[in-house]
Amino acid sequence: MSKFTFPTSIRSRPVYGTLEERDGSAHLLIADAHGAEAILDVATPLMMEKAHIIYIPKGEAFEDKLRALNPASFYAGPTYAAAEARIHKAFVDAKMGLQVYLTGTEGLIGQAQYAAMEAGIPHTAIQTEHRGSTARRMQCVHCKGITEDVETDPFVCSHCGLNLFVRDHYSRRRAAYQGVCIDAEDPGNVPQAKGIYE
Amino acid sequence: MTIQFNDETFRDDYSFYNSERAIKRFPFPFHEDNYMYSVNMEQHRGGPVDSVYEKRFDVDEHYVSEMRDRAEVLADDPLRCQSLPHMTLAGWDLLELIMVSKSEDYPDLFELHRDGDNWRWVNKPLGIDDSFVFLDETTLPYGPMEYITRQAQGDFCVLDQRDDNLWMDAGTVTTQADWSLDFDIGMNFFEWHAPVPLAHEKGIFVRALKFLLNIQQGAPARRLNWTMTVNPLLDTSPENYHKWGIQKTTVTPENIGSKQHLRVELQTFFRLPRSNALVFPIRCYLCSFQDLMTAPKWGRRLHRVIRDLPEELATYKGFIDNRPMILDYLSKFDDGLPTSDGIWPDLETEPALKT
Amino acid sequence: MSGAEKIAVQVTDIVPLNDLVTRFKFERVDGGLLPTFSGGAHTVVEMRDGEVTRLNPYSLMSDPMDQLAYTISVRRDDEGRGGSLFMHNNVKVGDEMTISYPVNLFSLDLRAKKHLFLAGGIGITPFLAQIKQLERFNGNWELHYACRTESLGSYVDELTDRHPNETHIYYDDQDDKIDLTKLLDGQPLGTHVYVCGPKGMIEWVRKTAASEGWPREAIHHEEFLAPQPGKPFEVKLAVSNKVIQVGETESLLEAIERAGIHAPYLCRGGACGQCETRVIDYTGNFIHRDHWLDDDEHANGEKIMPCVSRFEGKTLVLDR
Repeated sequence: MSKFTFPTSIRSRPVYGTLEERDGSAHLLIADAHGAEAILDVATPLMMEKAHIIYIPKGEAFEDKLRALNPASFYAGPTYAAAEARIHKAFVDAKMGLQVYLTGTEGLIGQAQYAAMEAGIPHTAIQTEHRGSTARRMQCVHCKGITEDVETDPFVCSHCGLNLFVRDHYSRRRAAYQGVCIDAEDPGNVPQAKGIYE
Repeated sequence: MTIQFNDETFRDDYSFYNSERAIKRFPFPFHEDNYMYSVNMEQHRGGPVDSVYEKRFDVDEHYVSEMRDRAEVLADDPLRCQSLPHMTLAGWDLLELIMVSKSEDYPDLFELHRDGDNWRWVNKPLGIDDSFVFLDETTLPYGPMEYITRQAQGDFCVLDQRDDNLWMDAGTVTTQADWSLDFDIGMNFFEWHAPVPLAHEKGIFVRALKFLLNIQQGAPARRLNWTMTVNPLLDTSPENYHKWGIQKTTVTPENIGSKQHLRVELQTFFRLPRSNALVFPIRCYLCSFQDLMTAPKWGRRLHRVIRDLPEELATYKGFIDNRPMILDYLSKFDDGLPTSDGIWPDLETEPALKT
Repeated sequence: MSGAEKIAVQVTDIVPLNDLVTRFKFERVDGGLLPTFSGGAHTVVEMRDGEVTRLNPYSLMSDPMDQLAYTISVRRDDEGRGGSLFMHNNVKVGDEMTISYPVNLFSLDLRAKKHLFLAGGIGITPFLAQIKQLERFNGNWELHYACRTESLGSYVDELTDRHPNETHIYYDDQDDKIDLTKLLDGQPLGTHVYVCGPKGMIEWVRKTAASEGWPREAIHHEEFLAPQPGKPFEVKLAVSNKVIQVGETESLLEAIERAGIHAPYLCRGGACGQCETRVIDYTGNFIHRDHWLDDDEHANGEKIMPCVSRFEGKTLVLDR
């Protein structure tokens, strides 16, 4: 099952919806892994005539199905970093009226949303739907390093090695949740790590 | 009155101190014997002589040392001062507001000479005498917001107003109560306040936002907020929490009077004319428990407030673990006598502590 | 709050532009500098017309950086309650008046990569100040301005002379219309649209932009409503325990103020929300004219904006 109901949380935590087709001059759809299922759900032949799909499979086998939607432009690439130049170009070329659809993991949605915001689209006008892994993209508040795909709380910062607890406080500009040292007041006293939603 | 500037530190050996005058004018934040969030806004148009409310931007004995501390923080971590590209005009608005206010309110310390867009700014305490062209960034050593906030006590958040919300799009933040500008930049009013417990449920932020959106030119507002800090550490940033957090464990019954500080924020709000942005200065005042206890009213009241504070707030404000020790200390200064209304120490009228 | 801070000014110039529009220039009575402002701001002008005091908002059209004088343009409304007629007929050079500090409910989004201005008639005025602001910082803008006729085209010559490439004029009587769909098509990402003009124009722009897939946040609009005259009605003010009469040519807010009751306000044009008042009881129909309350609120009879809205019926009880 690729859908997950997130517990209600604080106001800075992103809330995801369900993609729906909207009027627009063009459609840009960016997805990773199980996000492909949300694209398959929302796609219509009319939409695909003006659609550009950018997909990062992360080992999932949806590429052929997406290609079969016959979008005006299709790209599949190994990582978000590999796709980034193409995403940037898509926004540089875009005009007002472009509809943006982001779906898959929170890391993918967040990074693509920031790229769209920088291009001049209000974040509230960007559609998002979460699918697949609930792992988080975390920023260490101390060293500023980003650790991708964090599944446990606490976790070890992949850059500075501090033990960090996982906050729900989220920054759109960093496209990440905040990780804060858990044992600052009692060094070495780090609780057993468990799943973020356990 | 000429200010004698302290030579003091807010780190390492913590030589920070408050003179007797500074203690008397400390903005004690509790107007009654208990505390709960409220919007508690009032107009910011002066106040009692020599109080922190009197001037638009209060300058006190800590000015020179606080500015030295800010320079050190910014040298260590330039991300503490950021301005998104569309906020430059608001930065000039802020520069003008502070220069005009300080030169009018403290003519012996600051001078502003304007000839059209050619300005000369003299800051005597910091030994600055700069000539520049207003609205021309190339004529200043920093962006306008950074330039002026390196010369003004307190943190400064510059908020863009659009879509019926306020957006944290610029700021200089080095004396903060454990929040990160670098992380929160670009957030709206509800988002940057998201981690605050209880207040959302009480509708505090909805009402506060409505008030702030309607603050107009020439009609600034203010309120007080507070927390606790162990040692007079200005830079209680999340960035450095892994370094300063351990200091909370150094409090003992013997040293709590000098180590534990009440940390009060005088928050003011000014509409900026050219940009229609709002500036939100957050001025931090620190006072040790032992200095606070010199006002009997404050001793009685602080004990009652801390004793009855909901657990969520004590946790959020970061002193839940030390609360029993804090109450042990404070209870000695509470003889059960009633206290007068309002925040002022009322040294002449409140009775001495019954022992 | 009850309005913004006040400034005592003197009228130092009056220039009739055409049959309908006259420009007024204000300078401080004390000779000092006026506050700077942001393009799109308005000032509320107090008009003392015998026993009656009217407070009407007008967009500031002068250079926001010019602190020596403010200018506004007033379109004569022969059917209105007399505010604009008072300005046209009674105000003379040398008169002293009171205006408010600038208030901006229509500010530029300074993040915009391009500003697209759509003006209808007297709706040109806020854009005159915004254009001056953007010119100072080399902003990217374009103006599309619809006027009824050439002779009523206020500031057309000035705009086309100074900004020939950015200014596009459309005359209704020449059947010249803004092709909005075509105009919106192809604008770069990050373009913001600003529309100021009659209600119908604002609705047309908002609807067209939405159907072309433009985000709501990229469309900004301002329409000041002058309070319209209407049948007199009676109101009970529950908090102050008074019954007041609202005359044919005064607004509900003015009638409340006339009775000496404190009522908050800011724009007095149905836009800012400050004067929102709770309805306790009513029998009759509201004539809602504001832009503040939404359709549901206009239908449910729980709130009224007394600066521009009226009432027809037997009983109206307000929480004031």
